[in-house]
Amino acid sequence: MIIAILSDVHGNLEALNACLRHAGGSGVDRYAFLGDFVGYGADPQAVVDTVAKFASKGAVVVKGNHDEAVEKTPRYMNDSVRSVIDWTRAILSDEAKAFLAALPLCVRESAMCFVHASAAAPERWDYVDSPAAAQRSIEAAQTSYTFAGHVHEQELYFEVARQKARVFRPQRGSPVPVGRHRRWMAIVGSVGQPRDNDPAAAYAQFDVERERITFHRIPYDHLAAAEKIERAGLPLSIAYRVAKGI
Amino acid sequence: MSAPSAMSEAHSGREIDGFRLAERIHTGAMGHIFRVTGRDVGFPMIMKVPRVGPGESGEGLINFEMESMLLPALSGTHVPRFVAAGSIAKTPYLVAEWIEGESLAQRLKHGPLNSTEAVRIGAAVADAVHSLHLQDAIHLDLKPENLIIRSSGEVVLIDFGIAYHARFPDLLAEERRFAAGSAPYISPEQVLGARDDPRSDIFSLGAIIYEMATGKLPFGAPATMAGLRDRVWRDPVPPRALSPDLPPLLQEIILRCLEPLAEDRYQSAAHVAFDLRHPEQVPLTSRANKSAVTGLFGQGRRWWLARRDRLGLRELRRTQLASTPIIMVAVDTTHFEDERLPALQRATAQILSLSSEFRLICVSVIRVTVAAERAADGDTASGTYLEHLARLRHWVEPLRLPARRLSLHVIESANPENALLEFARSNHVDLIVLGAPTPAQLGLAWWRSVASRVTANAHCSVHVVRVPERD
Repeated sequence: MIIAILSDVHGNLEALNACLRHAGGSGVDRYAFLGDFVGYGADPQAVVDTVAKFASKGAVVVKGNHDEAVEKTPRYMNDSVRSVIDWTRAILSDEAKAFLAALPLCVRESAMCFVHASAAAPERWDYVDSPAAAQRSIEAAQTSYTFAGHVHEQELYFEVARQKARVFRPQRGSPVPVGRHRRWMAIVGSVGQPRDNDPAAAYAQFDVERERITFHRIPYDHLAAAEKIERAGLPLSIAYRVAKGI
Repeated sequence: MSAPSAMSEAHSGREIDGFRLAERIHTGAMGHIFRVTGRDVGFPMIMKVPRVGPGESGEGLINFEMESMLLPALSGTHVPRFVAAGSIAKTPYLVAEWIEGESLAQRLKHGPLNSTEAVRIGAAVADAVHSLHLQDAIHLDLKPENLIIRSSGEVVLIDFGIAYHARFPDLLAEERRFAAGSAPYISPEQVLGARDDPRSDIFSLGAIIYEMATGKLPFGAPATMAGLRDRVWRDPVPPRALSPDLPPLLQEIILRCLEPLAEDRYQSAAHVAFDLRHPEQVPLTSRANKSAVTGLFGQGRRWWLARRDRLGLRELRRTQLASTPIIMVAVDTTHFEDERLPALQRATAQILSLSSEFRLICVSVIRVTVAAERAADGDTASGTYLEHLARLRHWVEPLRLPARRLSLHVIESANPENALLEFARSNHVDLIVLGAPTPAQLGLAWWRSVASRVTANAHCSVHVVRVPERD
């Protein structure tokens, strides 16, 4: 079974559709969405509708901090992000809001744990941006595999002896063997708002039986997505980030 | 990590996942190796089983895991073919091709080789190392025990327990205890903990050729960390001081591989193979005639540079091979005033400007018949050869290349495309540059031209240069 794992779509329908087309064409039979469906992008409603459709067919879906912010605006968000959340809240259907509100923070399924940020206290939205943070999450998850987003760069953390994790920067499109005797944490990257100077959408595929993970980057019409953000009257800085991948 | 257990009693006669274990051919710190049968793959097989389970330390399991990760990703005649692997958590084993042949260690039991043999085997090892490096992998434990010589003369690399692969997580990063390598052969940067530089294998290759040619190890077999660190700034006794009959050029090649600083070494194993096979064009430096180790001042400089490296200022060389191309340009010296030749020169200059660590091989194929006719005329064939060599040199001169980046070859053959293709393949050429047919030859079908046949059959990229049409 191959699972496509997508995170941090952030209302970017063009990017989401490009990734789903790529996944559909490469033998994927299951989907997992790791949260942050809204915020930044111009199509939160369409993105939530798409994800809800996959959820009804058995996809794993967990909540992200931007999804939570639709319920209650948190203090830590800056003005431009807050203004997008306010706008999102105004245009989302009640059904979509109820869908987001009901999402779990963390899902464990056999050897896999799916979470938006860190399996160690998912509700705190801690960034897994170091081997030590990854190790804390790996310990809390207690599964061979943890899949997360939140941090927008693709990384693969792996546990080595003495309860210590290390990080590996995967090469796009190149399958990495991930034996289940070892514990791994994959940060799958962001579908809708990559920040590594490459606007191509990011997601990953996990082949459960063959124990392999492949990190993908999918070029799509990012300028169209940026233009939509501009036309929706959302902050220009956000459109600029999507256009440049920063 | 959960401790695997089921394999602790692997023994001859047992069957595991359809493989029947035959004789045990090796037992070491990492585990056992059995010959196995049971699957019709068309070649003999071995099974590696790590030492695990109750009463075993589990040491070496990480090396086994590394090899299980790498071997399925490698291909070609210079590595054993992968057959199957068991789950590391349940039944760890690795089944791969059993390579028929003698190891270089066995070959060296009877003492040093003559220089012809050392050069031949050295080039074959360099071929194998280059093939591995092209696959983004670094062996990091090259030594005579890990080199099997097939009856064809080709060399196969075995034991990837501490190897590195740029596309896979490095389980051994900072795991000094399991990533040590073999003291007599490892590079100074490996001693300091670096695992991602393909030039580390070039150092080991130099140590192996040194041993083949002299019967001695360039740095002895140090047993302590301090002894190992010595090679960071000290260089070995020059091989000709031990074997005075050794040709200076072989010493040149060996010592260039053994330079303590990676940037002073050969930058690609393909370049080592090329120099070993074409010794007549290796420019000799002071290395060739050195008769004693470097003085105190030189050692002090290296010691300082080594310190600098440890401070983390060394640039990483992951994309090493991409910047060390071997480029072959085919120059038609029979029609040496042809207007295509300046165009070929301009294109070559442009291509070379993209890289600083290239090798340029200039080849002219002359028809055997030309040489034979001249010989019959009373002129000598070698006179014809030299004339074409002079034209080749004249063609390349405006590019003003240093001798160590350049070599010139006149090949006699009735079949230019085959001669070019064969020469390119056996010398690990990365790019062939040659001219398209002239307008005068346009009557000739494109597919019959040398350019089209080389393009269609080359093992590498081909750059076809055409003189622009004028209105």
